[in-house]
Amino acid sequence: MVADDDTSTADDEAEGDATTAEHDAPATRYGGIIDPIGTDVVLHTDVATYSDLAAAAKADGFVQLVDLTAVDYLTYAAPRGLPAGVVAERFEVVTQLRNPDSGERIRIRVQVPADAPAVATLFDLWPGSENLEREVYDMFGIDFVDHPDMSRILMPDDWVGHPLRKDYAVGEIPVQFKAASNIR
Amino acid sequence: MTAERVMRRGDDSAVLRLSEAEASEIGNDPDTMADDERVLLNMGPQHPSTHGVLRLMLEMEGETVVRSKPVVGYLHTGMEKQAEQLSYLQGCTNVTRMDYASPLFTELAFSLATEQLLGLEIPERATWIRMLMCELNRMSSHLLFMATNGMDLGAVSMMIYGWREREEVLRFFEKVTGLRMNHNYIRPGGVAADLPDGWEDEVVRLLDLIPPRLDEYDILLTGQPIWRERLQGVGVMNADEAIALSATGPVLRSTGYPADLRRDQPYLAYDQVEFDVIVGSYGDCYDRYAIRLNEIRESMRIVRQIIDKMPSGDYRVQDKKVTPPPRIRIDQSMEALIHHFKIFTEGYKVPAGETYACVESPRGELGVYLVSDGTSHPYRMHVRGPSFINLQTMPHLMKDGLIADGVAIISSVDPIMGEVDR
Repeated sequence: MVADDDTSTADDEAEGDATTAEHDAPATRYGGIIDPIGTDVVLHTDVATYSDLAAAAKADGFVQLVDLTAVDYLTYAAPRGLPAGVVAERFEVVTQLRNPDSGERIRIRVQVPADAPAVATLFDLWPGSENLEREVYDMFGIDFVDHPDMSRILMPDDWVGHPLRKDYAVGEIPVQFKAASNIR
Repeated sequence: MTAERVMRRGDDSAVLRLSEAEASEIGNDPDTMADDERVLLNMGPQHPSTHGVLRLMLEMEGETVVRSKPVVGYLHTGMEKQAEQLSYLQGCTNVTRMDYASPLFTELAFSLATEQLLGLEIPERATWIRMLMCELNRMSSHLLFMATNGMDLGAVSMMIYGWREREEVLRFFEKVTGLRMNHNYIRPGGVAADLPDGWEDEVVRLLDLIPPRLDEYDILLTGQPIWRERLQGVGVMNADEAIALSATGPVLRSTGYPADLRRDQPYLAYDQVEFDVIVGSYGDCYDRYAIRLNEIRESMRIVRQIIDKMPSGDYRVQDKKVTPPPRIRIDQSMEALIHHFKIFTEGYKVPAGETYACVESPRGELGVYLVSDGTSHPYRMHVRGPSFINLQTMPHLMKDGLIADGVAIISSVDPIMGEVDR
């Protein structure tokens, strides 16, 4: 397999369903809005269409889930720079997929609202998402609906708070030692 | 071939999805024990074979592992959070501490991501120096694997041999970077310092020294019946399962699937050197051992080509906003002093945006996802640690095997806990 077509993928996307006729409608692929600015292929979507988009991408050959993480845009200083048609929310779940046959990569950015931080799990498509989703749950408090084991992975089970959220203070929370009686 | 086995959710899955509290409840209730021969066994985090602080929760039936759960987080120090407090220049000092067996790769991935955001083109010599150092680092990392793999399986003298050869590589690193590990050598804009005079001789000495030692390993381990009995057919996985679990690196290649970012998606100047991607055929512990042993040989092949092709020129980009001026200029030029001061106090600003850069580390795809909001500190930095993700294969590799084979499997996945926990 040769990975020489990273740049050519931008042209293939015009075939996205139903929107090709109108020029001002955003270009889509698997139902996600393509970001025309980035050099990588970035697809924007929301919580409702996320799992359909992921399933369509997998059916199209993106059988390898490379990475899954999240970003908390609470204190982001610059303009978000999202394409038209995407409603900015506080959290973003970022999923990277790869087509091992062509070497092509896509990045899916899902807008996740702060008042109901929950998205569908990708476990049934890519079981490799299990630990990554647990890490995002642990660090951001985003719930992955129907995940087989939605529990903390890096922090202790009884930890309070989600450290990678932007409103989680740095260095001002005392270390939570588990209660240990003095045995001496 | 099918990946159905790794997609199970219920009790027939290899993954033990049991919380700490539930696990401790089981022992308290005598009724639940009676109808079941199964025993929950804790292994680690202070077990010599667990590569640091990996802990396993094993559900045993006799000596057979039914389900298991790697419990991680003992080394978690919030490095991704910390990266948000550090400038881009300081960022490398942070990420280099993640995978402490191959620190240069994390530095490289972080630097590549930062350079992508900056739109920076780095000089050719810097690229080739990075390649040289990374390939040597791949060798030292795999030599460390040889040592620990041998030790875990009872070939204790192998531990001494592996460390001995690794030491030779580290000695060269010390000469170039000043440190044996946590180098902070590859930085956005190039590398920290040029290679020292006579580096070719040092590297050639290494390349002459190590191959006979690898042949010794072959005699000691590769063809040896005890070693083969211990590893062959242990911890087997097919390619579909490995891909479904997002495994990369030797774990994926051992299944016969040729995936190597150096070839599939050449970064640095890997398209200008010749090397082979080593693959296995059975996906067992023996294949994972043999792949790493032969990757040391391939890395040496690449290093030889790098010595021949090393271009002259600058070792870092001469962009005063990104790299500090040479020390001598600070005495002569007020502007140089200002640039120096600015870089080390507030750092350089990186245009807003997000990017992902990935490299082939000795453990698989190592990626850095970087979000900038236009300030001198990353807004968010995420590291896709190959150890963290490869760890997910462990319960599936261990399923229905003996607990003694579990040790071989932990070793052959070769997780570095600093990178798992970050």
